[in-house]
Amino acid sequence: MLYYLPTHEYARVEGNIATIGISEYAARQLGNVVYVDMPEADDDVTKGEDFGAIESVKAASDLYSPVSGSVVEINELLIDNPKLVNEDPMNNWIIKVEMSDPSELDSLLSPEDYAKLCEAEKH
Amino acid sequence: MNRRLYDKLIFEHSHPGRRGHSLPRNDFGRHIDELPESCRRKDAPRLPEVDEPTVVRHYTNSSTNNFGVDTGFYPLGSCTMKYNPKINDELAASPSIAPLHPFQPSSTVQGALAVYWQLQRYLSEIGGMAEFTLNPFAGAHGELTGLLVIKAYHQSRQDNGRDTVLIPDSAHGTNPASAAVAGFKVVDVKSLPDGTVDVDDLRSKLNGSVAAMMMTNPNTVGMFEKNIPEIARLVHDAGGLMYYDGANLNPMLGIARPGDMGFDVMHINLHKTFSTPHGGGGPGAGPVGVRKGLEPFLPNPRVIKTPDGTFDVVSEDSSLGRISGWLGNFTVYIRALAYILSLGAENIAKVGPLATLNANYVLNRLKDVYELPIAGPCKHEFVFDGLKDKSTGVTTLNVAKRLLDFGFHAPTIYFPLLFHESLMIEPTETESRETLDSFIEVMRRIAAEAASEPDTVIQAPHDTPVSHPDDTEAALHPVTTWKDLCDKLNS
Amino acid sequence: MSDHRFFPHTDTDISEMLAACGAKSLDDLYSDVPEELKLRQAYALPAEMCEKELRDYFSRLGNENRHMVCFAGAGYYDHYTPAVVNAILSRSEFLTAYTPYQPEISQGTLQYIFEYQSMMCELTGMEISNASMYDGATATAEAMIMAVNSSRKKRRVLISATVNPAVAEVVATYARYHDIALEVIPEHEGITDRAEFEAMLQAGDVAGVIVGYPNYYGIIEPFDGWADSCHAAKALLIMNCQASTLGVLRTPASLGADIVCGDAQSLGMPLNFGGPYLGYMCTTKALMRKLPGRIVGATTDRNGQRVFVLTLQAREQHIRREKATSNICSNQGLMALHTAVYLSLIGADGLKRINDLGFGGLRYLADGLTATGRMRLKYPEMPFVNEAVFRITDPLNADIILEETARQGILAGVKIDECELLVAVTEMQTKEDMDRYISIVKNIQL
Repeated sequence: MLYYLPTHEYARVEGNIATIGISEYAARQLGNVVYVDMPEADDDVTKGEDFGAIESVKAASDLYSPVSGSVVEINELLIDNPKLVNEDPMNNWIIKVEMSDPSELDSLLSPEDYAKLCEAEKH
Repeated sequence: MNRRLYDKLIFEHSHPGRRGHSLPRNDFGRHIDELPESCRRKDAPRLPEVDEPTVVRHYTNSSTNNFGVDTGFYPLGSCTMKYNPKINDELAASPSIAPLHPFQPSSTVQGALAVYWQLQRYLSEIGGMAEFTLNPFAGAHGELTGLLVIKAYHQSRQDNGRDTVLIPDSAHGTNPASAAVAGFKVVDVKSLPDGTVDVDDLRSKLNGSVAAMMMTNPNTVGMFEKNIPEIARLVHDAGGLMYYDGANLNPMLGIARPGDMGFDVMHINLHKTFSTPHGGGGPGAGPVGVRKGLEPFLPNPRVIKTPDGTFDVVSEDSSLGRISGWLGNFTVYIRALAYILSLGAENIAKVGPLATLNANYVLNRLKDVYELPIAGPCKHEFVFDGLKDKSTGVTTLNVAKRLLDFGFHAPTIYFPLLFHESLMIEPTETESRETLDSFIEVMRRIAAEAASEPDTVIQAPHDTPVSHPDDTEAALHPVTTWKDLCDKLNS
Repeated sequence: MSDHRFFPHTDTDISEMLAACGAKSLDDLYSDVPEELKLRQAYALPAEMCEKELRDYFSRLGNENRHMVCFAGAGYYDHYTPAVVNAILSRSEFLTAYTPYQPEISQGTLQYIFEYQSMMCELTGMEISNASMYDGATATAEAMIMAVNSSRKKRRVLISATVNPAVAEVVATYARYHDIALEVIPEHEGITDRAEFEAMLQAGDVAGVIVGYPNYYGIIEPFDGWADSCHAAKALLIMNCQASTLGVLRTPASLGADIVCGDAQSLGMPLNFGGPYLGYMCTTKALMRKLPGRIVGATTDRNGQRVFVLTLQAREQHIRREKATSNICSNQGLMALHTAVYLSLIGADGLKRINDLGFGGLRYLADGLTATGRMRLKYPEMPFVNEAVFRITDPLNADIILEETARQGILAGVKIDECELLVAVTEMQTKEDMDRYISIVKNIQL
């Protein structure tokens, strides 16, 4: 199942693990990504709070976590090659989180609602 | 300006055994190596080894790849790049100032303290404030200091719930950043289509948590906030204070004083309005003024005039504390004081109207080819939203870079954030009509090129020492020292 | 005729330009300013002065300052400034430029900042430097905020009691308004108390630890192992260092420092009654993206030339607004140029000679003063370079010494308290000056 935050992070959920990254729309808006600031494994993240930041040449955005829980893995490929986020943001995720409260997913956006939001932002 | 790149670093002139220093004879013997080994560095720092003529040629050549106000027109919006009078530099370089230690007894630095005191009096008169501190080092530092004055004021009244600063969404990014450093939360206030503050939106955001409203006037699109009396009244009624960001003070000289507009605290950028050179990024100065009643909260140390007419440096317990090592960038004050005295009361009052005339002249001669989102008259600066003809694919960035080919500095671009293609132009009062006319002619030519040969504009600049640096590579693999450069070559 | 030499327009220019704007008078351009706000009377300021009058005015004020042979330090040192530095700094291509936003026409500024960054990294041993900050005190406060921001959640910062008090006061102001709990590590015999430091660190929640090197008393404290303790507690070690002495002292990097900051005034910047000086700040590559202020990097342009640009700007206030690493949006550009030119001329050899002169001179002065029986080194066992605390023997006191020496044109030092004086020596004071200092102290009639 795929969920989104209005701040353009997605969470792909399999079992109790949420794989978190930024949407294709956000990756396009940012332009060339030059750095992804990530937490460490075992760090705790909280839904709606920032867990890192993503920087392009001209912009930087905080990354907000769609779910609460504990970081089980970070995408180490992004350390040396942050541009991967531009190339394929859905496959080049940022962190994986073991969720502490899966009911939090209920308040996230569906892919359809998120698409509507992006459409509205363009205008 | 030299259009060919002088591409050497001083490290590339280094040759072992050369020296450029001239130091006094050592009468004591060289004993530093007698310090315990645990205290001494193992290898000498790898600084250049160069003779004096080489150093002079290196930096002189390097300077010819630089553009300053003395080189040409510098219409950088919100930066007030006016002429920097040479007499100010001469006076600031005086040998009567250079050797003065900050901690000399006050009785031995009466002349220096008089400069400080006199300048803060003159700024108080111009700002309509009771008193100024000159300690802050820059505009952003002034903002921080002014916000801390406000915090100290509320705390002195045990009014501790005021944790929010209201800032118009058109404001410069420094305002919210300063508020955050001062430990405040930031709430944006919306702008109306004409760029001024939406008073209804302001009203809806006023409550007991508001410590201050932070504004420039004229604002960042060069419009005078004509509702300022009402805004000040609303904020004061809600228990907040009004903060004036002096970034745009220039057009107000001779017209109106922030104190009379209802502002309680303000800062002035001496490197803008008072003509001190920008120095490639600093040193500047950001003196902070306060209305009567707020003086006790100004930062320590303070310069006072004692009843016998002498000056002294004191610290007060009521102060917000110390925000600088000593009394700020002293030689910048000498320049600002000399500027005020060079102009005198009568001519200072002409600065604002003449700056505003120049801005309106440029605006009116270009508005048929560049998109003017907010109709004039403007004050000291104005914003175009790119070219009027949007079909050419030529962006504001392209126009800015093409201007460099014609020997002009670029305007401020992509700020304010209210428009997609912001091009912010501020011609100051020290520019002649001929300079403005030649700028106008070039801007019109670029607009014509955008239609006839867009690629010429898009590929610009063509005639500068450097063209299209790779910003992405710079940020992706930062190389920030000579050592990094050598490591990169070796790898 | 125009009204003033800074204003080019004649009356004809003004009226023709107004016509182009569709305005009749300059007042028309201010029709949107409410009448009740407008200035009702002329500014109460003096009348215009011509250049001759200005020179006279400032020369009169200048005569009210007294020049003294300067044995005062306490963070600001009287060093020699090469003539070349002033000549280069007055080149108006450098002086009248602004922040190098347009790299195509700002390579001069970008190049010297890159050189400055390189040299500061050589002095400190660190990997990256920003383009400079206001002064040493504010740079140290920024370092504290950087440590807190890097730790994400920790709010305690420790500062040694031996850090320069002016610096500590500024740090305290920033901490107080930033909700950072700043706690002072006590000193013992002039150096930071190691046991107290370890205990305070163990209490947890510490984001950073700030120490002085050399400390306020001129002492080179033994900081071996401190970084390990900090890092074990996931805290950053912040060292506030006097720039000139770094030419000979063990580098902060080799002591494991995470952030090195301080004032570069001691690199030949004129005292100028307090400024402008320069705050420097260096760190490790790991913390590069948390470093506030501007940073210049090398890259290549379309024609393959090596060029310099402002880089890592995404951290800065004009993009990040309230989430920026700092509100700072300038640097001390011209003072960075001063530093680059100064260090090019002085070099590693010159820095060593300067420190030798200070060290040798201070030892000579200390021997002479001790021989008077009226002043002696307070911490004779501790290593120092160019500054030290002297104890004054009763009934003589600091005020009397300062007064008696001032009478003869000598600034004897900075008073710490009634019976202690902080004394600094650089290459600027001669042996004769020291002999005079010693003789005055010896001959004070009580």
